[in-house]
Amino acid sequence: MPEAGQKKVSIRIDGELVQLPASHTILQAAAMAGRFIPTLCHFDGLADAGACRLCVVEVSGVARLLPACTTPVQEGMSVVTDSPKLAAYRRMILELLLAERNHVCAVCVSNGHCELQNLAAQLGVASVRYPYRYPKLPVDLSHPRFVLDQNRCILCSRCVRVCASVEGAHVWNVMSRGIHSMVVADLNDPWGDASSCTGCGKCVNACPTGALSEKGQAVEEMMKNTAQLVTIAMRKAVRA
Amino acid sequence: MSRIKLATIWLDGCSGCHMSLLDIDEAILAVAEKADIVYGPLVDAQAFPEGVDVTLVEGAVSSREDLNNVRMVRARSRIVVALGDCAVTGNVPAMRNSIPAAKLLHRIYVEGSQTNARVPNQGVPPLLPQARPVHDFIKVDYHLPGCPPKPALILGLLTELLNGRAATLPVVKFG
Ligand code: SF4
Ligand code: SF4
Ligand code: SF4
Ligand code: FES
Repeated sequence: MPEAGQKKVSIRIDGELVQLPASHTILQAAAMAGRFIPTLCHFDGLADAGACRLCVVEVSGVARLLPACTTPVQEGMSVVTDSPKLAAYRRMILELLLAERNHVCAVCVSNGHCELQNLAAQLGVASVRYPYRYPKLPVDLSHPRFVLDQNRCILCSRCVRVCASVEGAHVWNVMSRGIHSMVVADLNDPWGDASSCTGCGKCVNACPTGALSEKGQAVEEMMKNTAQLVTIAMRKAVRA
Repeated sequence: MSRIKLATIWLDGCSGCHMSLLDIDEAILAVAEKADIVYGPLVDAQAFPEGVDVTLVEGAVSSREDLNNVRMVRARSRIVVALGDCAVTGNVPAMRNSIPAAKLLHRIYVEGSQTNARVPNQGVPPLLPQARPVHDFIKVDYHLPGCPPKPALILGLLTELLNGRAATLPVVKFG
């Protein structure tokens, strides 16, 4: 969080002049300018990981696209938050996420309340052009109150970060590389055996999809309490 | 204007998309004014005719028969619509895809059966290794996701197409 009186920089977001402290990101600047940039791995109050790439923007003078959530603002920067090119890349990212694991919304606990599903509709994904992989993936039911369904995980790492920095338990980590990446509890133990878990449920509420849910929720029933968790995470971030 | 030839076909789906089509209620009369339904589970026609204007495809492509049908649909239709999640994404039928088809059939019809345990092979089409979306096999002109798609969305699409206009489909919900 920025200190009061910190040096401010001026940048342009879609042509509009925004002044903000140098420690801020393009995503924060866009929010100040009232511009919507789609995000999946960003969660207010948590350190950004740049995991999903959905927030890519165009910055003049830079040939490649940059993630808005992890790119700090710089004096004189000029940012485009929406264009046909960005829309095409963002759709591509969503389609790749949907093709990577098994997203069967019709039978998912998060159907109708899922950030991935909502963004797909909002950004105009009507079909997935990449071949679905249909991998065989486990569902961890070992925890007394919660479920981890790897079929729905998009590896955003919001669970990892909220558990480590807000709850202070650091139960989750991402194991392996690339397509083999997998969220694991403790040393790749069943979640129910993870002695570090306090059972607080923060990871469940931070998870944007149906990958983490409460036991006993049927199709469409899992609603995440995101607003409350953001408040807690923001307070913690201010204190840190 | 000559009457539009409309067809529907039911592949590996639950028939819910066809039910949703019927759920457009009395608007079906307006559709019937513009179009003849020339094939599908809602009518008696024995064979899929040539020269169809619009075909709505429900269901994933799951068997050899589905595959032959969907290729025929493409060859004989001007506009093909993938109707509903099974046709668009594979959806529930595709949940078998990480299990080899032979193992799956054995588990259900042999291990899971009390009497007459054998994998049926008479009068049923052989399964493909995986159930996959329609656009994996043929060109699809419009995708209408939803499980099932809301009647109003189906009607909106049909109204545009039956009036000879290219439809622009807002995606209100994916999957
Ligand atoms: S996690 Fe979201 S996109 Fe994936 S199946 Fe569930 S509702 Fe659909
Ligand atoms: S329930 Fe709390 S302590 Fe346990 S893994 Fe989730 S965030 Fe960490
Ligand atoms: S379990 Fe949920 S929060 Fe954790 S990485 Fe997967 S999608 Fe993200
Ligand atoms: S929100 Fe920026 S990379 Fe995910």
